[in-house]
Amino acid sequence: MSQAVLAVAEQNDGVFRKVTFEALSEGRRIADRLGVELAAVVLGNGVQAASAELGRYGADRIRVADHPALAEYLNDAYCNVLAAVIAAEKPAVVVFGATTQGRDLAARLSARLNAPLAVDCLAIQVTDGALQVTRPMYGGKLLADVRLEGPLKLVAIRPNAMAITPTEKAGAIEPVAAEPGPTRTVFVEKTLDTGKVELTEADAIVSGGRGMGSSDFSVLENLAGVLGGAVGASRSAVDEGWRPASDQVGQTGKVVSPALYMACGISGAIQHLAGMSSAKVIVAINKDPEAPIFAKADYGIVGDLFELVPLITAEIQKLKA
Amino acid sequence: MEIVVLLKQVPATEAFIEIADDGVSVKTQNLKWVINPYDEFAVEEALRIREAHGGTVTVVSVGAEKTVEAIRTALAMGADKGILIHDTAAQNLDGLGVARVLAAALKGTAFDLIIAGQRAVDDDNFLVGPAVAEFLDIPHLSMVVKQELVDGRIRCQRTVEGGTLVVEAPLPALFTTQRGLNEPRYTSLPGIMKAKRKPLETKTLADIGLAPDALAAGGVRITAFRLPPQRTGGRMIAGDSAQAKAAELVRLLHEEAKVV
Ligand SMILES: Cc1cc2nc3c(=O)[nH]c(=O)nc-3n(C[C@H](O)[C@H](O)[C@H](O)COP(=O)(O)OP(=O)(O)OC[C@H]3O[C@@H](n4cnc5c(N)ncnc54)[C@H](O)[C@@H]3O)c2cc1C
Repeated sequence: MSQAVLAVAEQNDGVFRKVTFEALSEGRRIADRLGVELAAVVLGNGVQAASAELGRYGADRIRVADHPALAEYLNDAYCNVLAAVIAAEKPAVVVFGATTQGRDLAARLSARLNAPLAVDCLAIQVTDGALQVTRPMYGGKLLADVRLEGPLKLVAIRPNAMAITPTEKAGAIEPVAAEPGPTRTVFVEKTLDTGKVELTEADAIVSGGRGMGSSDFSVLENLAGVLGGAVGASRSAVDEGWRPASDQVGQTGKVVSPALYMACGISGAIQHLAGMSSAKVIVAINKDPEAPIFAKADYGIVGDLFELVPLITAEIQKLKA
Repeated sequence: MEIVVLLKQVPATEAFIEIADDGVSVKTQNLKWVINPYDEFAVEEALRIREAHGGTVTVVSVGAEKTVEAIRTALAMGADKGILIHDTAAQNLDGLGVARVLAAALKGTAFDLIIAGQRAVDDDNFLVGPAVAEFLDIPHLSMVVKQELVDGRIRCQRTVEGGTLVVEAPLPALFTTQRGLNEPRYTSLPGIMKAKRKPLETKTLADIGLAPDALAAGGVRITAFRLPPQRTGGRMIAGDSAQAKAAELVRLLHEEAKVV
């Protein structure tokens, strides 16, 4: 079969990102509508054993490029190998997770293969050979229906936006022989805080703004802890130096889609809303009853966050006990 | 150091965006336009590199005539010269099309470093920077929060989910900006006065050696704009005490919203 759907898996030291399972599940749905196979592609070093897991999300075949030069993500090496896999598989659609890595790789590949790309897709439909995707634009102020045309189409799906569908079957593992080739970029080091839930993948986010008043975010950290979630911040809190820039949610920060977003001491500026408005449920805690955030929240409480958040934390603890 | 900044003019981030009557574009008449915030970081970083290493900063943009305003602002910040590629045939290009135009504009010129925003905050495509690097066959490093130039190489700290990576590449290279890289400077009155005398060229596709039909219609087309589902908004939780409000919120999150 020449035309297939490829889903590009993303792993870090053999652990797959959650969005990988979302990309595979969505890839399976697209493949079924096109009546073709779904192949997963894994790039890395020593990832063969871990890759078997991908069969449980609908991959008919799991193509593994295992090479020491692929141990760390370098866009030129990854692009070379993926371009070779695409040349061999001739897929109609390649699905990536819209992570920093997925977007980076998809963009470079889009130029190399002259293939249309849509990132941060929230929904994908197949319509007579073309793909119709829905993606936010203008910082989420609009949703765009976008049509991708051509023999090869690249899509990157927004983390947490699509369902994971486990299946019974286990796909066969097939090695990829392609060489990474000479790479110009060189990996030096990485620093990952593995103990922390990543904002873009978190199911629950508790964010603090200028209303926090200082770098002591412990009340929010405790609440995020009982929710198994992550702590985010408004730009004001980042500008004050209370939180690192990587915690910033918003138009010039991260765009997040958790099931639950709790905005504490955040007024609800449009640039902040741009980052969190696709959360399923939004809770706002603010002592100003006129704060614009309340108009965008599903549930609002007027009051002092330092009083309310510990009480909410205790209530959730009671529930979970 | 010859530094090029890729710049886009976009609606201000606080702008109210309205869908135009054709359903596939937005109303532009009453919009306030600014430099794409990530490109502002790019201009600032280019100026800092020039201050440390010497050289020139050239700002290049593809856009409508009014884009000169954004280029002038970059010149007022301190960039040396600007190039606007403005052509009716380059009006409704998709991201790859824009990248092709920028790459063609840069092909003949000498550059050591290209700096671009990680994305434009209007189309949110995350595409142009890496695509320009690919078309020019140079390495790129994206989402950079810190960079250092040593011996013809650039070493960058990039943000990734849950941490940072340090990677290195030989020049010429392209990198894209991430918040945290710097705080862009404001334009000063003397800067604005000086900017008026700085070179700002407008070029057509023919000037940069591109035949209009070299830009075949892109494979990405917007078929409709819609407003995202609006939240019904503000179910305010009442209660006699903070304790009562907290308990009621958790009850609703558990029983009604089913998220805890
Ligand atoms: C180009 C551009 C890009 C931007 N990008 C972003 C972005 O990505 N993300 C972002 O967040 N912002 C961004 N901004 C900034 C944005 O416009 C706002 O300035 C910012 O979001 C405000 O942060 P805040 O809500 O924390 O602070 P404020 O607006 O100062 O609000 C603080 C709130 O805390 C409440 N409060 C105070 N004390 C308490 C208490 N004890 N208990 C409960 N409530 C309390 C107050 O009532 C107030 O509503 C951007 C701006 C620009 C121009």
